[in-house]
Amino acid sequence: MKEHSAGRTDGELEDIEVELFVRALQARHGYDFSQYAPASLKRRVQQLVHAHGTGTISALTGRLLHEADFLTTVLEGLSVPVSEMFRDPEVFSALREQVLPLLASYPQINIWQAGCAHGQEVYSLAILLEEAGLYERTQIYATDFNPAALRHAQEGIYPAREAQLWSRNYLAAGGSHTLADYYSARYELLKLDSRLRRNVIFANHNLVTDEVFCEAHLVLCRNVLIYFSDPLQDRTLGLFRDSLVRGGFLCLGTRESLDFAPAAADFVPVDAGLRIYRLGAKAPRAG
Amino acid sequence: MAPEAIAIGCSAGGLTALERLLAQVDPRLPQPLLVCCHTGSATVELMCELLARHTRLRVTEARERELPQAGTVHVAPSGYHLLIEHDRRFALSVDPRVSYARPSIDVLFDSAAEAYRDALVGVVLTGANSDGAQGLATIRGHGGIAIVQEPGDAESPTMPQAALERAGADHCLPLADIPSLLNRLCLA
Repeated sequence: MKEHSAGRTDGELEDIEVELFVRALQARHGYDFSQYAPASLKRRVQQLVHAHGTGTISALTGRLLHEADFLTTVLEGLSVPVSEMFRDPEVFSALREQVLPLLASYPQINIWQAGCAHGQEVYSLAILLEEAGLYERTQIYATDFNPAALRHAQEGIYPAREAQLWSRNYLAAGGSHTLADYYSARYELLKLDSRLRRNVIFANHNLVTDEVFCEAHLVLCRNVLIYFSDPLQDRTLGLFRDSLVRGGFLCLGTRESLDFAPAAADFVPVDAGLRIYRLGAKAPRAG
Repeated sequence: MAPEAIAIGCSAGGLTALERLLAQVDPRLPQPLLVCCHTGSATVELMCELLARHTRLRVTEARERELPQAGTVHVAPSGYHLLIEHDRRFALSVDPRVSYARPSIDVLFDSAAEAYRDALVGVVLTGANSDGAQGLATIRGHGGIAIVQEPGDAESPTMPQAALERAGADHCLPLADIPSLLNRLCLA
């Protein structure tokens, strides 16, 4: 070992503190983060320490235990509210061209957006369906474990500075109007047309602990499973499998890997590069 | 302890610097090379292709959940932070940008330092911002080896300069001399 050994000890100590923080969060509030990928979880917990000036993770844990309303802050810090409308435009054009035409054959289309965070993708999806003439017979279930994120998603209000990037994404995704047709901008904010959520149900659902709640023709869950350990990723894919109709579609983030999830065997690639899959024949479930 | 991985960070001018560096790195290197280079592109596919033309090392985009491979250059994908878990597998995140960057060199260096402890070499090359400085300090804090390109030799001196000021370095030298140092440190 070299002379700078303090950091080494600190790192180990912090691992213990994160573990205790996770245990406290579960015991006190019932939220289970024990199956989250450790490196990112630790970073987020450290950021909470930094943002609230608690100095140590243990002090953060103390506030979590003793201050009832601190939970909201912690959940916000531990979830991923960052997204864009039409992020990865090529995914949305693939949905438009390869998935929607097949969904069109169903009299009623159910879509589950799992981990909707602040809702950018929900609205992107609604626009996509609107322009394909399918929205009237679609029900979107937008779920997240974080109540604050759900409220934000429901409002559909975002910083106006995002408009430029989102408009570019929208056009790259093959949008047939301009994104400005779907929002009004005032001062520093843009507000998405409330008609876009007329067929959206925002609901609290935790992929870690909750079960299947709808029969879906398409599940979108992009860049959520990257934060999950292998077993939790596998469990979640199992949830999606059980929720999807036979031949239903699954769309994940473009850099997600399914190589360590046995449940992935039930899915057939539609566009492997864009991580769009279709549920094959359902295998009989054990038990 | 013999190094078990090499983490490299760069930004403006980074592609050319990486080409020159990797051209001279011994392809028998038993360590994986973990690269975080800021680029404005939507993907690093082209960067991987360009780098592969200059080196006998395998060059590939880092894939989540996979283990880094010996003698392979793993490039952080655009738009994602690249992290190393304690079991040394890759993880990705879309958490907010850190100092305007995603992928962030600090995020890669911090997590790699925790995973590899003192068996990590961190390299900071040319760049126009200070990403990587804090991460290099973490690497040194865990007993890893810090190599910084001489700012005067870098196309953009800001990044190596910031790294020197924040973390210091075990070796500070021109780009042309870094490959032979890596070969010496890592092939032992």
